[in-house]
This record gives sequence, C-alpha cells and structure tokens, in this order.
Amino acid sequence: MATLSLTGVRKSFGATEVIHGVDIDVAEGEFIVIVGPSGCGKSTLLRMVAGLETVSSGEIAINGARVNEREPMDRNIAMVFQNYALYPHMSVFDNMAYGLKIARRPKAEIAERVTEAARLLQLEPFLKRKPRELSGGQRQRVAMGRAIVRQPDVFLFDEPLSNLDAKLRVQMRLEIKALQRKLGVTSLYVTHDQVEAMTLADRMIVMNEGHAEQIGAPLDVYERPATVFAAQFIGSPSMNILPGEGAGDAVVLGNGARVPVAQRAEGKVLLGVRPEHLVLDPEGAIALETGTSEPIGALTLVHGRLEGSTLDCVASLPGVHRESGLPAIQRFSVPPGLAHVFDAGNGRRLAG
Amino acid sequence: MQKRVTFKGWLLPLLLVAPQVVVTAVFFFYPAGQAVWQSLFIPDPFGLSAQFVGLGNFEFLLTDPYYRASFVTTGVFSGLVTIVSMGVALVLAVMADRLIRGSGTYRTLLIWPYAVAPAVAGVLWLFMFNTRVGVVSWYLGQLGYDWNHVLNPTEAMGLVVVASSWGRISYNFLFFLAGLQAIPRSVIEAAAIDGARFWTRFRTIVFPLLSPTTFFLLVVNIVYAFFETFGVIHTITAGGPQQATTILVYKVFADGFVGQDLGSSAAQSVILLVVVGLLTIAQFKFIERRVHY
Repeated sequence: MATLSLTGVRKSFGATEVIHGVDIDVAEGEFIVIVGPSGCGKSTLLRMVAGLETVSSGEIAINGARVNEREPMDRNIAMVFQNYALYPHMSVFDNMAYGLKIARRPKAEIAERVTEAARLLQLEPFLKRKPRELSGGQRQRVAMGRAIVRQPDVFLFDEPLSNLDAKLRVQMRLEIKALQRKLGVTSLYVTHDQVEAMTLADRMIVMNEGHAEQIGAPLDVYERPATVFAAQFIGSPSMNILPGEGAGDAVVLGNGARVPVAQRAEGKVLLGVRPEHLVLDPEGAIALETGTSEPIGALTLVHGRLEGSTLDCVASLPGVHRESGLPAIQRFSVPPGLAHVFDAGNGRRLAG
Repeated sequence: MQKRVTFKGWLLPLLLVAPQVVVTAVFFFYPAGQAVWQSLFIPDPFGLSAQFVGLGNFEFLLTDPYYRASFVTTGVFSGLVTIVSMGVALVLAVMADRLIRGSGTYRTLLIWPYAVAPAVAGVLWLFMFNTRVGVVSWYLGQLGYDWNHVLNPTEAMGLVVVASSWGRISYNFLFFLAGLQAIPRSVIEAAAIDGARFWTRFRTIVFPLLSPTTFFLLVVNIVYAFFETFGVIHTITAGGPQQATTILVYKVFADGFVGQDLGSSAAQSVILLVVVGLLTIAQFKFIERRVHY
C-alpha cells in the first residue's frame, strides 16, 4: 500500500519531447488507468514510473520518497507486461518465485507465498508447467501472480489484456478489478481500450500527444469531457462534433440549425453530442440525411449527414430501426444539459 | 500451404541432384573409400608394391605413444580454442548488445577478422611473435620475458590457440549477438524489476535462453578446431616443437606426406572420419533441440 505522485514529469528522446508534463497524486489503493491512442506516451509514462526509462525532468515519488534515480528493483513495484514477459525456461512456480529467490527469502516462505498466489489465480494445477504449455489467459494469470507474490507497493500494468481474445479480455478485466480491490494495491494501468479504462479505473488519465488531456473519474470524464479529444476518445461510438457559432444559450450550426445548450456559448465553437443523446424528435433542431443503419440488437446505429453539409453524424437509437423504415431526412433533438460546447480554437470545454 | 512440385520423369530430377552427388562422390566417397582400402596395406617406400596387413595399421597406431599423445594434444588444443573463441565472443556480444549508439560500426569491425583465411592469420601471428623480428616478442623481451615458441612447447601451443581463435571470435560473436537480440527485451526488464542485477540476470535468464546458440557453437567450434586449423598450425609451428602442436589432422599430413607412411596415414584419416561422424551426429542432435525451452 502506497501513494504515488508525479510532479511535472517530462520525457525527451534527444531533442524531441514526448511527454510534456504530467501531474497526478494517486491515493493509497487507487486504480488509475492511463488511456490514449498509440504513440500518446502512455507506455513511456508507465515505464518511467517503473524505472525502465529515465525521467528527463519532474519528480516521481512513491510513498513521498523521490524514486527518479532508483533502479527498478529498488522501487518496490511490480509490472505486468503486454507480452507477459514470462521466463520461458522456468516452470510457473519458478516464474512466480524468481523475485523472492533473488531477495533470498526462506524456501518455506517462497513456497507459501507462491501457493497462495496460485490459489488466488486458480493456477494450482499448472505450477509445474512451462509457459509454452499454457493458454493466453493462463500466461496472463502467471504474469499477475509473479507481480502479486512480491507484495509490491505499486502494480504497473502495460496493456496486459491486448493479446487476449475479446471474450477472455472481458473475463480477465473483471478478474483484475476484483483482485485489485481485494489486495488494495495502488495500481497504474495503461490501455488504449476506452472500455477497459471506463470499467477498471477509479480515476483515469486521458493522454494525447504527451499531454494529460483530462484526469478524473470515468463517469466525470464521460459526462464532462474537458477537451474535444477526451470527448471523442471516451465513449463508443465516439461523440459527434459539429462546428457552429455560439449564440448565448444555443449553438447555431452551419446549416442554420439552432441547438439549445446549457453552457454559455460565444464565438466559434464546437458542439459535441454523444450518439446516444440524439433523440428522435419531429420538431428537433438537428436534421440528418440518413444513410446506413446498423441494428445491433438492443440498439441501432444510424449513420447520416447533417442536412446541407458534409458532416458525418451518428445517432444511437434504442430498439431496431431498419434503413427502409427511416425517412430520408430524420430530425433529432438533444436535451440541453447533454450537449457539450468546446472552444473551436483550443478545443477546451467552455465554462458554465 | 507449400506448393509441391511433382516430376513426371526421372531424368530431370536426377540431373538436378547430379552436381551435388558427383562432387560428393568424386571428392569424398572415392577418396574416403581409397583411404579405407589403403589403411589395410603397407606400401613399400617406392609405391611399387603393397602388402596386405589387415588391421595392422590400426593396431600399431593405437599402441603408438606418439599417436596417443596427438589425441591428447588435439583435445587440449580444440578445448582451448573453443573456450577462448566462444568466451571472448560472448563477452563482446554482451557488450555490443548493451550498446545503443555506434553498435553498427563496432559490429562491422568485429566481423572483419573472419574474412582472413586461416593460413594468412597464421602468418600474421607468426610475424608478430617471430623470435627475431616479431613486434610482440620484442616488447615481451623488453619486459624481460624471453618469448620463444620455437623451443617452448607451452608457448607454441598458446600461439596456435590464439591464432586459431582470433578469426573464429568474429563468427561466434555474430551468432551470440543474434541470440542475444532474439531474447525479448521485456523478459530482461521483468527480471530487472524482480530484483535481478546484471550478473544475476545474465546467469539465470540470458545464458539459459542463449543455450541453443551455445550448444550449436560448441559443436561447430570443436569441429573447426579439429580440422580447419591445419593452415594455422602448418604456418606457425609445423606441429612442433617436439610434436607439441601436432593435432590429429596435422599428423595425418606429416606421417603421410612427410614421413611417406601412407598406410598409417590412411588409417589415421579413417579414425578421424569416425570422429567427425560422431561429432556430426552430436551436432545434429543439438540443432534438433534448438528450441529447448
């Protein structure tokens, strides 16, 4: 159990700065997910916390003590790698016991801790096997087991589920969450999958091009995205962004449609509407030329274009709506509290 | 799915394998067969007649103290060449693997000696250590050490070992480096996080994962030391002093072409053939279990 804090953490490779200052204080036992597209610097940030990359400037502290200069092994962290990084020539037991053996713990204690971890992860029948004799999900569990036997202060996860198939991923996601709750170890988890981020995180860091766009609880980020990037990255299908002109309590779109909003909108703005917040309304302000519709059972994704423009727009409607059942022009409205207004210049959410 | 070719007749496939078969037959099966045949005879010094002696040549060899000594010499020589060339190559490869900048240049320069033929390498080292004009032996003399590999068997052995290992280091280095780079970085990082420092990581992770490469090189280097070092030995010591560097393959040459004892020479090459065969079997066994983890 430990706190972790990053203060103004920056990273440069040569002259190129890839992380432009990240600040966060992680409470004891908190589960933080760093989410962002490939190349946004999320893995680099994690590796800096692990000590596998140097910190160009700023400070990383675990339990209040600066660890920038410490070797990975002296930070009391454990890491789960994307490709699991199991030792291929060792049995499952030896893989998990490796760190304890190096720390020269008594044999009895090693056996006890490894058995305990194996029990927790349902790995007991496989302790004698080599990693190559295990399935993807089992290897993943061994990697987790190797992390927990050492009873670290901080868990670091580097896209641990991305090599698993979709079904297993959902299952392991739940297991990771349950395990983290049970052990109460402070965790930092990197992923590009926004669903993983939403479901696992106590708080998440949305990263883009080396900047932390927003740090907050998943639902806060979903309900009040701080930037256009965060708004579009979190949520699936992603938020519709429509450029317009602010008119106080409404946004006037390019085609003249006037969409009422709860924020104060002035000047050039971007109107953000989540597909699930577009509701069928014959009197609605937003008119779409309907195109393809994708019924996926519980709901239907209706793709269309804002009338009189080339802007693509998606609506997610409950129930089944076949293409043939939709009029050529379908009108939608947005409840004012659910529309988001961003500054067209810097992409930041407008106050109010 | 691999596309397989089916030949209709038998002439074309025969022609396609013919070059290999003919070359092998002319340069290997025929002389090997001749050697086996000759090893059963003792020819007269003028090559006009030969007396059948059965296994007499072998019997004589196996009781000959010089031949037995040559076996020991070969063991010592090939053991040392293998250890030196693999050990140095491994150290260099580990260092090159850690290098981020300039590793290309470093690698290229380390591979150069491999391009030097054994006999040329032998002459190079001979010049450096020549007792009268050699650069190294002169400096050793300045330091008060009287280098003379022409008289001192240990020094002679040392010199041929170093000269034989030198070019070989490049070859081994290449394989070791490739082996090191095939180890996933994250496995090393995981070990580092688990608390293993450099030497522990090397001992418990890197070296075991490198073992298929090591096994392969071990066999290949032993075979090299057995046979391909002929040129080095011939140019530097010619098997001397007092046969201290006469390895088996050199003795085949010395007894047959210098001593003109063709029967014994043929018997020795038959014995070598058997040794080669055993080594090759060992080599194939290790290559088969290349992926041993």
